[in-house]
Amino acid sequence: MSDIALEVKDLVKSFSLDGATINAVDQVSFQVKFGEFVALVGPSGSGKTTMLSILAALLSPTSGQVLIDGQDLSQMAEKDRVKLRREKIGFTFQANNLIPYLSARENVEFMLRLNGKLDHGSRIRSDELLARLGLAERLHNLPAQMSGGQQQRVAIARALIHNPALVLADEPTASLDTERAFQVVETFANLIHENGRAGIIVTHDLRMCQFVDRVLQMQDGKLVRVYEGKKEIKQLAMAGVH
Amino acid sequence: MSNPMNNIFIAAYLAIKEVFRNRGRFLMVALVIALITVLVLFIAALGEGLSDANRQYVANLDAQLIVFLEKSDYSITASRLETNTVKAVRRVDGVADAGPIYTSNTEIVSLPEPLKISMLGVEAEKPGMPPLLDGRYFRGGEAREAVMDMSVAQRTNLKIGDTIEIRSTQGTEDEFFTLTIVGLVDKQAYFFQPTIFVPPSTWELMRPQAESDLDSDTPYPNIIAVRLQDPAQAEEMKLRLVEKVSNIEVADIETTINNIPGYTAQQGTVQTQGGFTLLIGILVIGGFFQIQVLQKVPQIGVLKAIGSSNFVVGLSAVIQIIIVTAIGVGIGATLNYLFSLGLPPTIPLAFNGSRSIFAILLLLFIGPLGGLVSIIYAVRIEPLKALRLG
Repeated sequence: MSDIALEVKDLVKSFSLDGATINAVDQVSFQVKFGEFVALVGPSGSGKTTMLSILAALLSPTSGQVLIDGQDLSQMAEKDRVKLRREKIGFTFQANNLIPYLSARENVEFMLRLNGKLDHGSRIRSDELLARLGLAERLHNLPAQMSGGQQQRVAIARALIHNPALVLADEPTASLDTERAFQVVETFANLIHENGRAGIIVTHDLRMCQFVDRVLQMQDGKLVRVYEGKKEIKQLAMAGVH
Repeated sequence: MSNPMNNIFIAAYLAIKEVFRNRGRFLMVALVIALITVLVLFIAALGEGLSDANRQYVANLDAQLIVFLEKSDYSITASRLETNTVKAVRRVDGVADAGPIYTSNTEIVSLPEPLKISMLGVEAEKPGMPPLLDGRYFRGGEAREAVMDMSVAQRTNLKIGDTIEIRSTQGTEDEFFTLTIVGLVDKQAYFFQPTIFVPPSTWELMRPQAESDLDSDTPYPNIIAVRLQDPAQAEEMKLRLVEKVSNIEVADIETTINNIPGYTAQQGTVQTQGGFTLLIGILVIGGFFQIQVLQKVPQIGVLKAIGSSNFVVGLSAVIQIIIVTAIGVGIGATLNYLFSLGLPPTIPLAFNGSRSIFAILLLLFIGPLGGLVSIIYAVRIEPLKALRLG
């Protein structure tokens, strides 16, 4: 089995605007290994959200390839994309993350239900994961009864519980204060590393990069720079908000 | 694993959880459906009640064919047969028995409140005379005896053995006749009125009549109820009767009912009202669920983004609509039943008829039908747009 969880090759996504063609993602290539946590940064309009949407199998690329755990999603029918999202991808969003009428535990277990993997053992694992995220007392709370940070942590548990190959997080700290934001991303990073999943976080807050292994910087749809190594990433994190 | 059963369970799980956790909101929707149900069932009961009051006697006849005077257009009131026609009909091969039916309206005046009734002249134990619930048949000749319908008993508290006084306008004079109740029958209302049955000669004596009719004491039947040896041969027997007996036309029971004066027009009106109420119900329910789906766009987007199929999202919406509709119809039907317990028998409402059952089934169906647009909308939601990623 390959240690590459995600492989992006010459990816292009074009949109037409007023008769002109704009490449929101322009010839981007990179790989993410299992157990690696990567940040995707860049200014507004740099193409990072479009990139994330393609990686999440929610948007089809114009050209190029995206392989998740060896499966090429650019060739997939919609039905297979749904299956891929359910089995191979974990997702947290900026907001509206959780199903409002399901409790914290039910939201996490829902991914197991969807995959037909809900049993006694997986229920215990789900409760343990929530406890690990500091939510042991909140298992039966509905999203409306939890703070933004707690909701994000439930979303992280939901994104990880079914052991997906790739976990995507779109600005998960956007609505959190600095302290909560650090806590959420640090926990996220720890779980990615411990479980050997590949993680990608999209953030405009460069301070969050201190918890990742690599930073991909995008600008005008292109991958303009890759930051690797603790020292280089620390320097970037010191720069603060993008 | 993504087998169909797992998807059905997930859809049901989501639907039930949402309804339960938002029970206040869904109860409000269910109550609106309950009100629509009350209205629809009330109209259905009114239709059934009016229909019963108009046609019950004819519909319950122990006969397959009705003989009318030729060119009377199957109208009971317009038909007036010769007295020997009954014998001629009985002689036709394939006729098991035949009984003349004489119709008129009169009034019981020996009550605190006079009661208008249908007075039907029939021969005891012949087609046209309903089966007895209690008591005995009247004697023949001009016996001053009557069998009353349960609807008379319910309105007047009369019972077997009681006497009643009938007022009848004959020529320019009001005549009064006394009858003894000897028997009781059920479900025999005719022409919106409770019914009493009397022997033909008594009927002729007591019926309201014009001055010119007073010289004759021969009763002329309006129609003849015909019981066949083989009911399956009804169509052939119609032709045979017309061929063998002169100056008649023959109809089946359904045709006879449809030609009761005003019956078709009245039922058409009630059914149109019921139809419009159902249409309003579809629009109201459709509106409710459409608003609900619009409020849930981001949530449906999340469900799809994390791997729920369109089947799960659509089926969940369907199950939810069915649950809420069933609760609403259940509440509405219960309210209607309680309502019916407090209504006097004079109001022609029948809550236990086939129309009420049909209306309930139709109401259960209009929920998903009304919610169809919202279901299609939910299925078409694109997660990318719902989550504002695109």
